[in-house]
Amino acid sequence: MSGHDTVPYQPVFVGETLAKLEALYPKYPEKRALLLPALWLVQEARGWVPPEAMHEVAQQLELTAAYVAGVATFYTMYHLHPVGRHFIQVCTTSPCGICGAEDVARELLVQTGCRDLGATSPDGRFTVVEVECLGACGFATPLLINDDFIESVSVDTVASVLARYP
Amino acid sequence: MGYPHPIHPKETPVLSTYFGDAEARTVAGWKARGGYQALQKALAMTPEQIVDEVKASGLRGRGGAGFPTGLKWSFMPKDDGKPHYLCCNADESEPGTFKDREILRWTPHALIEGCAIGQLAIRAETTYIYIRGEFTEPFHVLTAAVAEAYAAGILGADAMGSGKRIDIVIHRGAGAYICGEETALMNSLEGRRGNPRIKPPFPAVSGVFAKPTTINNVETLAAVPHIINRGAAWYASLTLSSPKSLGTKLISVCGHVQRPGVYEITLGLPMQELIYDLAGGMRPGRTLKAVIPGGSSVPIMTPAEVDGCPTDYEGIVSRGSMLGSGGMIVMDDTTDIVYQVMRLARFYAHESCAQCTNCREGTAWTTRVLERMLAGKGKESDIDLLMSLADNMTGKTICVLSDSCATPVVSGIGKFRSEFDAYISGARSLDVVEVS
Amino acid sequence: MTQELVSVTVDGIAVQVPKGTMIIEAAKQAGVLIPHYCYHPSLPSPAVCRMCLVEVEKAPKLAPACVTAVSEGQVVHVSSPVARQARQGVLEFLLINHPLDCPICDQSGECELQDFVFQEGRSGSRYGDYPKRYAPVEEFGPDVLYVPNRCILCTRCVRFMNDVAGDNVLEVYERGDRAFIGIDTADQLDHPWAGNVVDLCPVGSLLSRDFLHKARAWDLDKTASICPGCTQGCNMTIDTRDSTVVRLRPRPNMEVNRHFICDTGRADYRWMNRGDRVEAPLQRIGDRLQACDWDIALDRFAALASEAGGATVVLAGGRASCEALGWTLRLVGETPRAAAMRVPIGQEAPIGKIPSLALRAERAANVAGAALLGVGSDWSAAIEAARTATLVIVLDATLTDDEANAVRGARHVVHLASLSESAHSHADLVLPVATMAEEQGVFVNRDHRAQRYLPARPAPGMARPAWWVASQAWQRSAPAERRAPATASEAFGALRPFAGLTYRDLGLTGRAVATVEASR
Repeated sequence: MSGHDTVPYQPVFVGETLAKLEALYPKYPEKRALLLPALWLVQEARGWVPPEAMHEVAQQLELTAAYVAGVATFYTMYHLHPVGRHFIQVCTTSPCGICGAEDVARELLVQTGCRDLGATSPDGRFTVVEVECLGACGFATPLLINDDFIESVSVDTVASVLARYP
Repeated sequence: MGYPHPIHPKETPVLSTYFGDAEARTVAGWKARGGYQALQKALAMTPEQIVDEVKASGLRGRGGAGFPTGLKWSFMPKDDGKPHYLCCNADESEPGTFKDREILRWTPHALIEGCAIGQLAIRAETTYIYIRGEFTEPFHVLTAAVAEAYAAGILGADAMGSGKRIDIVIHRGAGAYICGEETALMNSLEGRRGNPRIKPPFPAVSGVFAKPTTINNVETLAAVPHIINRGAAWYASLTLSSPKSLGTKLISVCGHVQRPGVYEITLGLPMQELIYDLAGGMRPGRTLKAVIPGGSSVPIMTPAEVDGCPTDYEGIVSRGSMLGSGGMIVMDDTTDIVYQVMRLARFYAHESCAQCTNCREGTAWTTRVLERMLAGKGKESDIDLLMSLADNMTGKTICVLSDSCATPVVSGIGKFRSEFDAYISGARSLDVVEVS
Repeated sequence: MTQELVSVTVDGIAVQVPKGTMIIEAAKQAGVLIPHYCYHPSLPSPAVCRMCLVEVEKAPKLAPACVTAVSEGQVVHVSSPVARQARQGVLEFLLINHPLDCPICDQSGECELQDFVFQEGRSGSRYGDYPKRYAPVEEFGPDVLYVPNRCILCTRCVRFMNDVAGDNVLEVYERGDRAFIGIDTADQLDHPWAGNVVDLCPVGSLLSRDFLHKARAWDLDKTASICPGCTQGCNMTIDTRDSTVVRLRPRPNMEVNRHFICDTGRADYRWMNRGDRVEAPLQRIGDRLQACDWDIALDRFAALASEAGGATVVLAGGRASCEALGWTLRLVGETPRAAAMRVPIGQEAPIGKIPSLALRAERAANVAGAALLGVGSDWSAAIEAARTATLVIVLDATLTDDEANAVRGARHVVHLASLSESAHSHADLVLPVATMAEEQGVFVNRDHRAQRYLPARPAPGMARPAWWVASQAWQRSAPAERRAPATASEAFGALRPFAGLTYRDLGLTGRAVATVEASR
């Protein structure tokens, strides 16, 4: 259904991932509360949240597919399509913006070869997106590369930062 | 990684004492610095005693609204037989605000201890710490700290040997500014879209999972152990101005200052001292143009308004703005106010949850008008239009996100009108990509 | 228990309403309609459209009337300048992305956005030439189309499916002005009550494919009726265009169906427009049926009935009214050998979260009314009895071939029929009757609620209501002492279970009547 894969879909919620989900049940009085954690588990396992996985989450938590999609599309951090090997979020909201964040964002596009914000580089290495306020305004420009929070990136240091993500 | 700045003599380090001190992140390190004594003390107190102590301290909510914390706790029902919950709001996402992040990264046990005491005060058995998804490093630090606190018997079924149960669950958000609004946070925690709820019912009556709930900001809770340890009178004595603004406040200063960072001040410190002495003032050759003192949702202040303004709740209100979250955005004379107002509007348009008509459509429309103005296609009537849209977006929705979008527009036009006129007349224009 | 009452004033009109009433409902009591979109009395209120903001004296800001409860002495202003301006603002926001395609929109004429903009919106747009949001039409289900461009995100459809139907297939996707109503690609909006989302949609965003481009709303005549599809007795409106039925919609009745009808009932109207009707009385002359006038037909009917008396079998269709059943029985002396109503059995289809509301298994409208009048539902026994009866009266029921063969065993057969059918070929008389869409009458639903339906279109040719046919024949059997009822209401009130009641007593939402047990 995703249209990206020619191999049959393999369920996410088996083995360790299922065990991680089940370990969360006692922490909440309602199953529904596991929705955000479950989507995180999917993204951790697959790198994105495919529609089939949303169906799986729906089944696990006794929700409908539309409900899961309504929630998943509300939050910006779930990738609803495959992204590059390294996912770069660059903050360009005002406090960083006045300190040159938009130049950093442009430099990131140039150096990664991503043609546009939201696009993945042709080599599949990077995806660069603009993010609204990373909450590190004093350390402009902050980047979130995968799970790494990197502060005080400038146009001059973009190259050395990217070099750490082959 | 060392903390970015040494403590300045005009700071009052309480919460920030151990920022930059990696050892304070461990249970042993925290205990060696006097940690968990407050919890030990609180475990021997009645909930009423804890609430009274916090009431007497004058502690007010540090997330933005400034509501008295002890009073908020006292709204929780007694002997109602229902589970109670404490939610800790670690969804710090208000542009300009990055103070809670430092608490989460450096002194996670201060927060854990504050949550535990808060739980005792409101008779809750579980605290949910809702941390924004983008805070990866703070999430890992906090997760490790909570695990260690459980292992050390500080949390769990027999907290510190008291026989009382204290549980803390960390819940990770996934990218939504609005989840910092307390009722949206509760919805998000329940696995719903982060839509703010209609009040009433208020959280103390029906909050998360429809049970009595109190929501407190990270900084608020992190201040509680100090109050329990050193007494309400000590905390209440910390003020340089208004008797209603007591204690210390973390101010995150960003933008065009030489030393951006998080500074802990006694409330009432003159704003100029904060900007020039602590944060190092403007870059050479630059002058102050504007300050947004409490996160992007509060009105912009001019240098004249900053002049002589005490940094506290009442002082900033008297100058037409608000202390808010304490996220201070400083702008020098290179700043294009129109562009920044557009950029903030775009932020709110991006973050609107889509429930209320006025917000959903108003934030997007406002952004479009400003984008077009910046591109040199503005009209004379756009100023009136923006003001009218702002009026239709103020005080008319479930939460204040749309008000927050209107605020910089109104204060920007009110205080920097000539910059808007310059774009409209064609004297200036930018190569702006109309995103929305 | 008496409810505590609260006094409030809405636009200067004082009303007393039960404590806990929301301002929007209190205003209705005062005769003031507070414009609204997301609010619906049969759904939970999210207070998101912000259209119902009103000025409440002493309140710091405008209050959403749908979720603000009344309080003693409250003074509400709906048409004050501040409240009007707020609504004008909301209308303007709703219109910036709403296409002005009213001329091709099915909702036009019954569109709440159109109505309120006309009433108090701005005369022009300040939005300028920005492009409007665009997304193509989607098929949500077998009969429901979603036109996202027109959607104002009131979420009534989402709430209906979630909170009423309990089938959460619709959700708001995305956020901000990118939000839309979404459905999973693997799902269908095919719940048996899903069609209600079309009625609930205040604009033309959710459309019925069945009704698509069929008529303009202002050309429709609306008639209060009762769904004849099952024993639930949902109140409905029959919409006709030039006497052709084009749509059935639910009519609110909080005791029976709230604001809803099922898709089966909604879709079942084509029979009302059928052209293959009996249009004149037909009498057997020799081996063929031949048209005659009512005088001849009624005289012959009266004679057959008098002759047969208790040796009669009555076979009634499921849409037979109380009036028709009651007067047919009276015609044959109240004690037929057998009388039954045909009650097809189907699958019960509950709406979901309203326990008292379902498409019922018994697919006939007047089972309870028939029982009150002494007409049971043992159809096969009645068919057996018909084989040897002196007279069989078939009251607008379509017979299978086997049934028709059985009936042929009777000495005489009279059909009171709407449709022209092959089973009539052996009848002594075929008398043209109106359908329930063409007459007034009463059905009694499973909760013993007697409910009126009104004629939505004229009966074709010489067709008359069945009660009129039966009662006229009854009068002709003894003209000196009998007087047939002059109106349907009289015909109703003359029946023993409803003695003394008139149509006026029933109103348009019905009234509970005694059960069979109690009426004995």
